[in-house]
Parts: sequence; structure tokens; C-alpha cells
Amino acid sequence: MARKEIQLDHSVVLDLVKPQSSVLDLGCGNGDLLYLLIKEKKARVQGIEIDDQAIYKCVAKGLNVFHGDVDTGLAEFRDKSFDYVILNQSMQQILHVDKVLADALRVGKKVIVGFPNFAHYKSRLQMLFHGRAPVTVALPYQWYETPNLHFLSIFDFKKYCHTKNITLERQVCIGENHKIPFLRNLFAQVGIFLISK
Amino acid sequence: MNKDKKIIKNNSVGLVKTQEFTFESLKLESGEKFGPVTLAYETYGTLNKEKTNAVLITHALSGDAHAAGVHEGQDDSGWWDEFIGPGKAFDTERYFIICSNILGGCKGSTGPVSQNPKTGKPYALDFPLITINDIVSAQKRLVDHLGIEKLLSVVGGSMGGQQVLSWLVNYPKNLASAVPIATTIKHSPQQIAFNEVGRQSIMADENWQSGNYYASTAPSKGLAVARMIGHITYMSDTSMADKFGRQKKESGQPFKFTADFEVEGYLRYRGDNFVKRFDANSYLYITKAMDNFDASEGRPLQEVLQGTPVKILVISFKSDWLYPAYQSKEIVKACKLAGVESTYCEVNSTYGHDAFLLEVKEESHLIKHFLKKVFYAYEVTGEYGA
Repeated sequence: MARKEIQLDHSVVLDLVKPQSSVLDLGCGNGDLLYLLIKEKKARVQGIEIDDQAIYKCVAKGLNVFHGDVDTGLAEFRDKSFDYVILNQSMQQILHVDKVLADALRVGKKVIVGFPNFAHYKSRLQMLFHGRAPVTVALPYQWYETPNLHFLSIFDFKKYCHTKNITLERQVCIGENHKIPFLRNLFAQVGIFLISK
Repeated sequence: MNKDKKIIKNNSVGLVKTQEFTFESLKLESGEKFGPVTLAYETYGTLNKEKTNAVLITHALSGDAHAAGVHEGQDDSGWWDEFIGPGKAFDTERYFIICSNILGGCKGSTGPVSQNPKTGKPYALDFPLITINDIVSAQKRLVDHLGIEKLLSVVGGSMGGQQVLSWLVNYPKNLASAVPIATTIKHSPQQIAFNEVGRQSIMADENWQSGNYYASTAPSKGLAVARMIGHITYMSDTSMADKFGRQKKESGQPFKFTADFEVEGYLRYRGDNFVKRFDANSYLYITKAMDNFDASEGRPLQEVLQGTPVKILVISFKSDWLYPAYQSKEIVKACKLAGVESTYCEVNSTYGHDAFLLEVKEESHLIKHFLKKVFYAYEVTGEYGA
């Protein structure tokens, strides 16, 4: 697969992971990211996924995956079992985010979190001018069908890390097809953070 | 021959023969030396030159060595026929499949019904109390006999899954992977209770006569009731409702307690059929071995698995209440704590415990890709095979 065809958020995550690391992906979906991590980074990978159809796709890719929910799936791992724990586009769908993040930071030496930025200017404009809950590329769901339980901005997450004494090692903010170098909370659709404790 | 051709389904392994392997003696877990031991077994596919493509399939309580294909002149597809054959989950064009009847069984391997060389009569209750580990150590002898040092995988459901766990704990160096399906590290009181009712039913049959019935009448009533209880636990509320509803059977002259409902008729039929092919004493010995089994013998399983390079696929089924998913998750938990490369899937099924025999599509998909990953170079990194 040519590097160009890789989803931008996946490509950002790939850049954050050192070669030959061990990686746990929480909410790994069809396993596309894990597959890339093996291929491009020779990583040792493990996924956790709730949807059985997604699991069948992971297994067809030769991936190791546990059927289960992210909220309870982490507790059984030992401290620092993985170099990285990834929550890419899954954090906002988790019931007890605070607990899961604390556990992810326990199980992984570092944690990579990627989430849609609720404070993107298009979202703000939709709220301001249409008075409606935003529906954007990064937040594509109507209010009645969204799997997202939490809506947060890039600022919110940084504030959270500060409050919880979590070290922000890297942050990459992306738009539809490029990185956003400035005014990230306004222009980024997705924020990806490398954090540790 | 024409008849045989007709009954051989598409992608079947075709005509198969049961073979026998006999060895002098086996040291049992109890310390006793027991022998001679014969194991009935079948194989499908071809062992490759490097002997790296062998998969051992372990059967459940009432299973036997005949897992696939048909015997000459008979219409008797093996018990896992839909999983074994060209292009199937256990692809016989890639792998060499072995399945043996367990020690203590009654389908060709040495068990209570076999002749005791010391007396010239069937062992009956002189047969030693065997364990799942004994069953597996006999299988190990067969695998050695076939010249296979390392199995590509050991795969089995229910009691077959207990054997898989025993292999994993006792012979990890002789395995590349293991697939325990719908099974448990150890039986819960509920599982023991159901087995005990089955045993009591057999022993309450006056024909049982402390196991010495081989020269007279077998305790068929008792064994049939044991099997009926078994069948209830193998199904689910939903699968029973789907299969029988409250449908009544058409019967001529009703006696007060005839089998009015379809489900009653089914259970009676299953029970009556079972006694034709199964030995009551074997049922006692095997269920006892299942109840006594504790894969890690009281130690946490993760301690035993720590550092093992064996890759593990754990499968459970949503409506299975006899071997509920939480028991499979205990195995998964041990894998997580031991850092073992593993995969777990709880297949969405309404079949209950029977699902491991019936959920062909999903289960085949999981097994097929898992075996492929273990056998071939991990398709992305090319690491396997060292």
C-alpha cells in the first residue's frame, strides 16, 4: 500500500510509534491501523473490539484481537504491558473516560489519543448560525444516531491533561487532509496526542 | 461403491478408515501403570515433509475418532465433517488432521468395555479412574508415534477444549497454537451437578449392577436419561423454542404420560439412540474426568502460561449456559496477564452449547484464518516458522 492511501490520522499515529514496539489498540475496529503498524513498524499488536463483525475482519487480517468492551477490557492487563495504548476515535465513545484513560496510562508506557475536535470552526458556525448540533466530516452523525458519548475540544483535552498531571509529549492536529500548524482549536477537525504519566 | 459416492458430500474428505495404535503401558496421573492401551484414530490430509502441518482435533464427551468423511458402505459423516475437508476450516489440502477416540472411551480405544488381559473379561469398574491429563498423555504417545514433534495446533470444544488446555499446560513445547472452544479451566458446581445427575441415573438403573452388565443387559434406561439431561444442557431456551415450540406429537392412544410434546419425543429419541452407541461405564469415567479437571491445578493459569510462545484462539458462544462465556474469558484473562498472543471471540449464536458443532460459518472463519496465520509466515511480517 502506498503511503498516500493511508488515512491521515493513521499516518499521524504511525509517525508517533517507534519501530518494533508493542501496541494495544482499544476499539480497533476492522484492524486497519494495527495492520499498518505491523507492516510499517514491525509492531507487536493486540486489539480490543466490541463488534463481532469487526472482529471477523481483524482475524482475516491475521491480527490478535479480544472481543470485549474498552471500559472493562483494560483492567486485566499488567502495568506497562505495552509500549503504546491507542485510543483512536474511540475515547469519545467510552462510558467512563477518566477511568479508562487512567488505566490506559497504567497499562501502556505511552498513550496515543485521537478524537474529533468539537470546537472546529464549522461546528461553531453551525451552532451559532443554525442553532443546531454540528454535523461535520469529523462528527458525521445526527444527534439521534451518534455513538459519541462525550464532546470535547482540543483545549478541553489539554486542560484535562494539565489537571491530571498527564505529560503531553506530542500533539498533532489535522484537518481534512493536512496538518494544522496554528489556531488548532479552531481549525483542526481531529486532535491526536501522545501522552504519558 | 456407487452408494458411497452418493453419500459423500461436496468437499468431503471422502472414504476414511479408523486405524489403531497400541502401546505397552501408560503411566497415569495417579502413579499407576496401565496397559496395554489402544487408541482408535483417523487422519485426513497429508503430513508434509517437515511435519509442520499436523493438527490434533480433540472430541467432546460423546465424540469419537470419526471426525470427518464416511466409512465404506455407511452413511455416517464424521461429527465435525462440515469443518474438515478441502477448503474448509481445517483444510485437508494444507493440513494433516488427526482425531483419536479418548482413553476411557468406547469407540475403539481402551476403556471400561475393553477386555482386561488379566481376567479375559471387560474391565468394567476395574478400569482405573483416569484424568483429562491421562487422556492427553495417551494422545501425546500417538502424536509421537506419528513422528510429529510439534503440532501446528490442538483444537477442541467442550471436553475437547479441556484436552486443549491440558496440552497447553503439559506440552507447550510440542504446540505452535491451541484453540480451546466453549470450555473451561475447571468445572463449576453447576457443571459437576449436571454430570452427577447423569451418573446417578446410570447407577440407579438396576441393570447397572456395579458396572458388571457386559454379559447381561446394559443399563440403557439410566444411560438414556443421562443423555436426555445432557441434551437439555446443550441447547438454549431459544433453540428449544425454535426447534419444538409447544408442538404436540401425533400419537394414537395416549397413556397419561406419553411423550405429548415434540421436545419430549426428541429427548426420548436422543436418549434411546445414544444407548445403542455408548457404554454406560465410559459415561461414568469420562464425566468424572471432566469434573476433576483443573487445567492449572489450583495455580493461576497465567503463571503456567507465562512466556509461552504458543498462540491461542479462544471461542465461546453467546447462548451457551453450560460453558458460559465468562469461563472462556477466564482463559483470556490468563492470556492477557501472561502476555500471550491471543484472540478471543464470543460468537453470536442461539444454539447454546451445541453451537460449537453448529455455528459453521463464523467458527470456520475464525479457525481458518487463525490456522493460516500460525502456519504461514505471519502474512505481514513473515515471522512465523522459526
